[in-house]
Amino acid sequence: MSVDLTQVTVRLGRDADTHTVLGSISLSLGAGEQVAIIGPSGAGKTTLLHTLACAIKPSDGTLTINNETPWTLSKSALHKLRGRIFLAPQAPPLPPRQRVVNAVLAGRLAGMGMLSALMSLYKPKDAALAFAALSRFKLGDKLWLRCDRLSGGERQRVGLARMMVSSAPLILLDEPVSALDPALGLLALKTIQDEATARHATLAVSLHDVQLARARFARLIGLKAGRIHFDLPASAVDEATLADLYGSEFEEAAGMMRPRAAAAAVAELPAVVAPPAAARCF
Amino acid sequence: MTDNVKPMPDPAWHERLFSTWLLIAVIIACLYVTEFKPWALVDETSLRAARQFLSSFFPPAHDAEFLKLIVVSTWQTIAVATAGVTIALIFAVPLALIATRTLSISRIGNPRVARIPNFIRNATRGVLIVLRSVPELAWGLLFVRAIGLGDTAGVLAIALTYCGMMGKVFLEIMESQDARSADALLINGASRSQTFLYATLPSCLPEMVSYTVFRWECAIRSSVILGFVGAGGLGQQMDLSMRMLAGGQVATMLIAFVALVWLADVVSKQLRALLD
Amino acid sequence: MDTASTPDLVKHSMSPPPPPPRRASWVFIAIAALIITSFATLRGNWSGLFSLESASKMVDLFTSFFPLETDPRFLKKVAWATVETIAISFLGTLLALVFAMVIAIPAAGMNGTAMRKVSRGLLNFLRAVPELVWASMLVIAAGLGPFPGTLALAFHTAGVLGRLIADALENAPPEPYAALRRNGASAVTAFAYGTLPVVLPQIASYTLYRWENNIRAAAVLGVIGAGGLGQLLYYHLSLLQYRDTGTVLVAMILLVAIVDTASAKLNSRMAA
Repeated sequence: MSVDLTQVTVRLGRDADTHTVLGSISLSLGAGEQVAIIGPSGAGKTTLLHTLACAIKPSDGTLTINNETPWTLSKSALHKLRGRIFLAPQAPPLPPRQRVVNAVLAGRLAGMGMLSALMSLYKPKDAALAFAALSRFKLGDKLWLRCDRLSGGERQRVGLARMMVSSAPLILLDEPVSALDPALGLLALKTIQDEATARHATLAVSLHDVQLARARFARLIGLKAGRIHFDLPASAVDEATLADLYGSEFEEAAGMMRPRAAAAAVAELPAVVAPPAAARCF
Repeated sequence: MTDNVKPMPDPAWHERLFSTWLLIAVIIACLYVTEFKPWALVDETSLRAARQFLSSFFPPAHDAEFLKLIVVSTWQTIAVATAGVTIALIFAVPLALIATRTLSISRIGNPRVARIPNFIRNATRGVLIVLRSVPELAWGLLFVRAIGLGDTAGVLAIALTYCGMMGKVFLEIMESQDARSADALLINGASRSQTFLYATLPSCLPEMVSYTVFRWECAIRSSVILGFVGAGGLGQQMDLSMRMLAGGQVATMLIAFVALVWLADVVSKQLRALLD
Repeated sequence: MDTASTPDLVKHSMSPPPPPPRRASWVFIAIAALIITSFATLRGNWSGLFSLESASKMVDLFTSFFPLETDPRFLKKVAWATVETIAISFLGTLLALVFAMVIAIPAAGMNGTAMRKVSRGLLNFLRAVPELVWASMLVIAAGLGPFPGTLALAFHTAGVLGRLIADALENAPPEPYAALRRNGASAVTAFAYGTLPVVLPQIASYTLYRWENNIRAAAVLGVIGAGGLGQLLYYHLSLLQYRDTGTVLVAMILLVAIVDTASAKLNSRMAA
């Protein structure tokens, strides 16, 4: 699927109390392309993904998916389109008492009839498929457990396994490896990208680990204060560009944050940026 | 998706299958036992009876004399409930007091349970269990048989059942309280009733009052139901009108009843909010 | 406080503080008045009640239950009535659950505010009318027997359960449902995969609790002809067969006591 944003602005909030989260964003993703979205917290990464997923309506500008403008479609056509887009939130909202198998197979609901979906709750219909998806993230043994028995990292991978069983040609993932250790995070990201390649699906991933983004993606989009700061091939993104993306925000934030929180922010920052910035501030 | 390793089978499947069949079997048995025949509702004769009865619901009876009767019986229903709960309260507090372990004097400085006081406590608990195990409607039937139709039977039925329920709950409230303040008084030689008044009551009172108010709300419902076995009030009038298939009257009384329950609900909520 | 330059404030601070609200004592007086008028307007003959004669009448009634009737044929009848009572309560509760779910979904505001108001009103009405009143109306439509009793329990309990379930649905976290909807699931399937698993444990415990209540209710529904132990009680009491009545009463007490203990045990085990 190809996606285009032209001069898209998103304002959230009601009536008088609105604030602009995304400002005149223009962006285009070709079918089968894989991009990473990076930028400081609060830059609008999540909102951008929700806009691409047709979950938030742009206040201005147009969103085009496969040469169609979703927000001019009829309600049912729009919903049908949503079934072809998979958006995974950072912390997948899984009902605590639900079994992992059903939580994963919920990724197939868009293409399922109502009756077979309900029957599947009684006797899971594609347990083997769910198992295969979970195994790719080293979670095969958790298939029949309840979600409240899982750790945060395991829940995040269940959310990714849900993506694996869907057949969406547009995959949008919000910080998909934030709760995973580096090795597991790399494996998960690799698995996701292999799946997207195999499906010839368009993939957009927001990441806070810049090194990981540079290592795994050919194209990086830097988002800052709701605007596109840069949209470059990974090879063209150098330290200076990154310091510019994170730098001023970082200084500003460091001044306001309590010491512990600031230290945590430093720890979270990518290694390439952290040394000079940290040296300046602390 | 190339992994071809088969997952282990659903460990809960057999249990699930078993409980499904069990449920189906139980449902079928229950359908048989309860003579469940919904089509009896839609056969010609009962449909005609139901239609006639329902169509007579409108307009609800509203002549002055009948409305006066409604007001009188509604008040009677409230009076029966209030009197019943009052009597229940008067007996439930001392019974709970006797049965509670917190106020045991023989417990002080004596790790072994004294036999006779313990027997009395358990016997009192037994009485409370029997009192609340007989539904108020069964009590009502018996009292109507023993002392004749009228609201006295209703008052007594509510008093007995509610005495059992309130006694049990008061007992639980008292025993869940911190025993230390009671102990302090008992050790210094205070009597049971003194200890109750100065240590237990102050800390238990809000909960006990709140529960009593809640029970009063339930008693209003019970009072209507008791009317059906001849214990007076709105229920008895409703029973009479139903026997005569006077739908209009039944409709008016249903309205009065729903309003009464709603009113009791509001009053009880307000009172309990006042306590907090 | 420096109030010299603000005479207005001085005036206010000089006036005596308003008396504390005495609502509590008014409530006390109102309750006392309610109790006194209640006793005063009761039409029963209280003097007669506390007389020796009526006391002996009561004692006579209770002694006439003994010795209990233990004829095996009669015991079999009582056992069957007990089974009938349990069956009525079980099926009634199950039906109630089905009705309650159907009404609770619009009552939780899933089909707009207008539907929410209407279905909440329906639930309140079902709940306000007690089982026995439902039963006495249904007996007219369906004839005597356990069937109208089952339906009566189902109607009243549907009102009770429906409101509890609707509240549980309204308080359930919206994210699981919203996430599935965003990914193209239909409203029904998103509900089944996102909302239902969250509230199911709550629904199960409400239903069990109501079943316990309904066993007690089913035991007495029979007095208006709706089957079970109550019908047997009414029947034998009307025929002045007191020994039989005594046996039925004992069966009733046993049933209720067993259910009470079982539920207390279950509760303490769940809490542990």
